[in-house]
Amino acid sequence: MSKSIDQVFVNAKQWMLSWLGGSPSWVVQVLSSLINIGVLLLVFLTLFAFMSVLERKILARMQNRYGPNRVGPFGLFQPLADGVKMLIKEDIVPARADKIVHFLAPVLIATVAILTLGVIPYGRNMTPFTIDGGVLFFFAVGSTTELAVFMAGWGSNNKFSMLGAMRAIAQMISYELPLLITVLPVVMVVGSLMPDRIVAAQADYTFGLVPRWFVFTPWGAAAFILFFVSGLVESNRTPFDVPEGESEIVAGHMTEYSGFKYATFFMAEYIGMFAINGLGITLFLGGWHAPARVLEFVPSYVWFFAKLSVLLFVYVWVRGTLPRTRVDQMMNFAWKFMLPMAFTCIVAAAVWHYAGRGLRGWLWSLVVIAVVYTALSMLLDTRRKFAPRVYRFAE
Amino acid sequence: MNGLAFILIAIVTLAAGLAAATLRRLMHAALSFAVALVGIAAFFFLLGAEFVGLALVFIYIGAVAVLIVFTILLTRRDVGKTRGFNWGGAIVAAAVFGGLMWSILKTQSLAIVAPHMPGLTVKRIGAALMTGYVWPLQCVGLLLTAALIGALILVIEEKQ
Repeated sequence: MSKSIDQVFVNAKQWMLSWLGGSPSWVVQVLSSLINIGVLLLVFLTLFAFMSVLERKILARMQNRYGPNRVGPFGLFQPLADGVKMLIKEDIVPARADKIVHFLAPVLIATVAILTLGVIPYGRNMTPFTIDGGVLFFFAVGSTTELAVFMAGWGSNNKFSMLGAMRAIAQMISYELPLLITVLPVVMVVGSLMPDRIVAAQADYTFGLVPRWFVFTPWGAAAFILFFVSGLVESNRTPFDVPEGESEIVAGHMTEYSGFKYATFFMAEYIGMFAINGLGITLFLGGWHAPARVLEFVPSYVWFFAKLSVLLFVYVWVRGTLPRTRVDQMMNFAWKFMLPMAFTCIVAAAVWHYAGRGLRGWLWSLVVIAVVYTALSMLLDTRRKFAPRVYRFAE
Repeated sequence: MNGLAFILIAIVTLAAGLAAATLRRLMHAALSFAVALVGIAAFFFLLGAEFVGLALVFIYIGAVAVLIVFTILLTRRDVGKTRGFNWGGAIVAAAVFGGLMWSILKTQSLAIVAPHMPGLTVKRIGAALMTGYVWPLQCVGLLLTAALIGALILVIEEKQ
C-alpha cells in the first residue's frame, strides 16, 4: 500500500504514456520530458506563490505585526492578487537602455533557475532529468546566472544597475568556490556525480537508529554549514543581499525593471533558492530518505518537501534576524574563512574514509575539523580594538 | 531525430558565431559569442560526451564569457561605440576556413570507419585523469595555483 502511494506519480506518468502505445520512441521521449517539465513548473510555481506569502507572514510574526491578512483566508490568496497586479502593471523600458539585452536578462535568469531544478531527485524514481554528471550540470547551468545578472545591469544603462550587477557578480564568484568545494567531499565519498547515487549512498541506518546522512559526519556537518551559507549568498538572501542594498543602490541590477519583468527576477530568486536547498538536501540531508526506519511508510517525496520546508523556514528566520553585512566583511569571510574550511572538509572526508568510515574515522575527522577551525579563528582574530573606521577611497 | 537536432544546433551556433563577428556593438558581439559556446556544448551533448559539454558551459560561459564582458567594460571607454566592418578579419577567417577545408578534403582518414567506443562516462574520464594522465593534471593544477597566487600578488594592498 505505502509502496503504491510512494510511486503514485511515477505510475500516473507511465499510465499517461501508455496511451501512445504504438507511436515512435521519440514521440514518447518528447512527451515524457514535457510531462516532467509541466509538473516541475506547476509544483514549484505554486510553491513560490505560497512561499512569498508565508515569508511575509513569518517575518510579520517575528516583527510583531500581522502581515498580509486581507485577501482570502489568512491572506492566502495574496500571491494571486500580487500576480494580477504585476501582470497589469506598465512595463517601463528606459529610453537609453539596450532594449534586447534588457529584455533577455530576466528571461535568461528564469530559464537558468528552472533548469537547475531538473536534476534533483524529489522522490524514489522521481528525478526529472537523469544525467551522469547531475551535480556538475547544476553548477554549470547555475554559473550562467552571472552572465544574466551582468546583462541586467549593463542593459539597463543605469549606474545603480551596473554597481549592483558588479556587486552581485563579485559575491557570486567568491562564494561559488566554497560552494563547489564543499560538494567535492560528498562526490569523493560516494564516487559519483549522479544525484540518485548520492541519495542511494545515504540510505542505511547506523545501529538501525541514526540515518547515514552525510550531515551526521563531522566533515559533512561542516560542509553542510558552509554550503548553506554559500547558498544564502548565491540566492542573494538577506544577510548577504548587498547587490540590492536599497539604502545604497536602490535595487541593484533590478532598478530599471518594473511589472512582470521584475516579478520574473523575483521568481528566479525564489526558484534558485529552492534549487540550491534541494541540492543541499540531496547531498547532505539524505535526499528523500526518511529520518527513521519506522517512518519509512511515509512517501519519499513528502520527506523531500518536508526537509525543503524546514530549510526554507531557516532562510526566512535568518532574514528576520540578521542585519545586512558590509561588502568587505563578506568578501573577507569568503576568502579567508570559507575557502580554507571548505578545503579542510575534503581532507577530513579523506581521513574519515581511510580510517574505516566507522567511529574511529568519525573522531579523527572531527579532530581535523576542530584543529583547523581553532587555528583559523586564532589567525583571523587580529585582536583589533574598536576604532574609527578609516576610509580609503578619497586619499 | 539526431539529424534534426544537429541541424537545429548548427543553425543556432553558426548564427550566433556570425553575429559575434558582425554585430556593430561590442557587448552584443560578446554575448552572441556566449550563445555560440552554448551551441558547441550542445554538440558535445549530442555526441554523448556530457562531461565535456558541461565543462565547456561551466568554464566558457561561467568564467570566460563573464571575463570578456568585464574586460570590455573595464578597459574600453567607448563601450557604446559601434564598429565598422573588419575586412582584414574576414580575409583571415576565409583563409583559415579554406585551409581547413582543403586539408580535410585531402585527407585519407575520412574513409576509416570509426571503431565502436563505449560511452564516455564521467567515471571513465575520472579514472583516466587519475591514472594515465595524473602528471599532466598535477602540472596544470600547479600552473593554475601559481596563476592564482600571481593574481593575488598583483592586487595586494601595498603598505605605506
